[in-house]
Amino acid sequence: MLIEIKMEKQRYERPVIRRLNVGVMNKFGTRTEYEPVTHIDDNAVASLIKEHGSPLFVISEKTIRTTFQDALRAFNTRYPKVQFAWSYKTNYIAGVCNVFHQMGSWAEVVSGFEYLKALKSNVPGNKIIFNGPDKTVEELTLAIDNDSLIHIDHLDELYTLTELAIAKAKKPRVAIRVNMDTGIYPMWDRFGFNYENGQAWDAINKIVLADRLQLVGLHAHIGTFMLSPSAYGVAAGKLSELAIRVRDKFGRKIEYLDLGGGFASKNTLKGSFLSGPDTSPTFDDFAETIVTAIVNAGFLEDELPLLILETGRALVDEAGYLLGSVISNKRLSDGRRATIMDFGVNILFTAFWYDHKISPAQDFSHHTEDTVMYGPLCMNIDVVRENATLPPMKRGEHVVVHSVGAYNMTQWMQFIALRPAVVMIDMKGKPHLVRKRETLANIDEQEVLPEYLRAFKL
Amino acid sequence: MVSLKKNIAISDSGFVFNPSNGDSFSLNQIGLDMLLQLKEAQSEEQVKAAIMAKYDIDRDSLDNDYYDFLKMLGQFKLLELS
Ligand SMILES: Cc1ncc(COP(=O)(O)O)c(C=O)c1O
Repeated sequence: MLIEIKMEKQRYERPVIRRLNVGVMNKFGTRTEYEPVTHIDDNAVASLIKEHGSPLFVISEKTIRTTFQDALRAFNTRYPKVQFAWSYKTNYIAGVCNVFHQMGSWAEVVSGFEYLKALKSNVPGNKIIFNGPDKTVEELTLAIDNDSLIHIDHLDELYTLTELAIAKAKKPRVAIRVNMDTGIYPMWDRFGFNYENGQAWDAINKIVLADRLQLVGLHAHIGTFMLSPSAYGVAAGKLSELAIRVRDKFGRKIEYLDLGGGFASKNTLKGSFLSGPDTSPTFDDFAETIVTAIVNAGFLEDELPLLILETGRALVDEAGYLLGSVISNKRLSDGRRATIMDFGVNILFTAFWYDHKISPAQDFSHHTEDTVMYGPLCMNIDVVRENATLPPMKRGEHVVVHSVGAYNMTQWMQFIALRPAVVMIDMKGKPHLVRKRETLANIDEQEVLPEYLRAFKL
Repeated sequence: MVSLKKNIAISDSGFVFNPSNGDSFSLNQIGLDMLLQLKEAQSEEQVKAAIMAKYDIDRDSLDNDYYDFLKMLGQFKLLELS
């Protein structure tokens, strides 16, 4: 019998030559970026894309839950009364919000639209924190009726709210937002009442003495992507000091201190030499400084306020992935390799701030090349990564962008392309569509074409 | 046809050394195959035929990559006109 031996041709990959710089460490230091990521929570990247299209956002429920539990543990083990409130603007896809609500998070919203979204998801009104400088009379009225926690941003809002309270003969529960010097530059002093110049104490006095609102809390949100736990120690100390002053002057208890959000996620900020996972403080680091400041502030044991945290990005960034595909490879005039992807800053807004880790989604030889990664938009700013070390990839091959769960699915733009689908992989590894890919119908729905512009002849 | 400079050393494992300026380079397997072909082959056609015999690749894509690779070799000063 004749056995036919057929020579299988080998898998092709673009030829690559790379100069070796003896003694100079690769800018990235590690090789992790080179490892292929073919699956997310047991789902093949290729099949997810086949089913839902490319690009595609994927959220790991497992990562959200483990990250949340880690954060909760860090605070719960140090302090008796801790409450997280999910920052809707960080990612308000209902599926994502509800994972946080299932784990016990309240809702933290900064607009009427977010407020309604939380109500619609059946978050009890008294567990919604309403932040932000721009609350309309209608929105404030709704928040009063639902007994929500209204965080007052400025004096005009204080007076509007007081008028509404009088008209309704109700005593809404409020906090004031306090801004302060925490040693961080630039100081966030646009929102709220300043601590150092006495505005915050002044507002507190006005509220308590007018006796139309119940001052139940004090709030601060000192910045975002904060890499310094000590700033939170300062903030917690100053809020505690105000709370104790209220007790001493008026004999009243401030029920909660809300330290806002801002903990850094594990992303790598642009221009930083060390990678995010090496530099970002842990939840334990933040918890330690915050709790230390509160317990040493002089509260009696039964007076300890509830500690509220509005942590956003640090809880969801790592749970989000963006899957995409190579459109084309080019050589730039200066010799660098450029890869054009099917996603750009239109849906990956955070590419402006971070050097997102990007992994190829299929196996490859160990050879890599420095590559500029561009999106498909026809504009100069559409750069996904100025310099990524990646293996050669062919048109149609896939990549996985890591840590995109925060702010991208809320700040994405419908520019040139429609927004992609979002899939969440549940605890058992089953994928669920949580946001449909947009279609032309979504755009048409909003447009109104005047009758006289309907017809034209070309 | 352009060809590889005569004094360039190529190791089996894909390392390239240019003794005239001390530069060294690494190649992936296809890069190595192509470089070896460039060193031996008489024509561009021969180089491409050898690659297509070994790898699963169509002619158009190979053409693209071939010229791109030559451009890189040129930039790294590894080529000469013959
Ligand atoms: C009032 C308030 N709370 C919470 C957050 C969430 O912040 P982060 O995502 O940095 O934790 C923000 C975001 O800017 C905010 O403005």
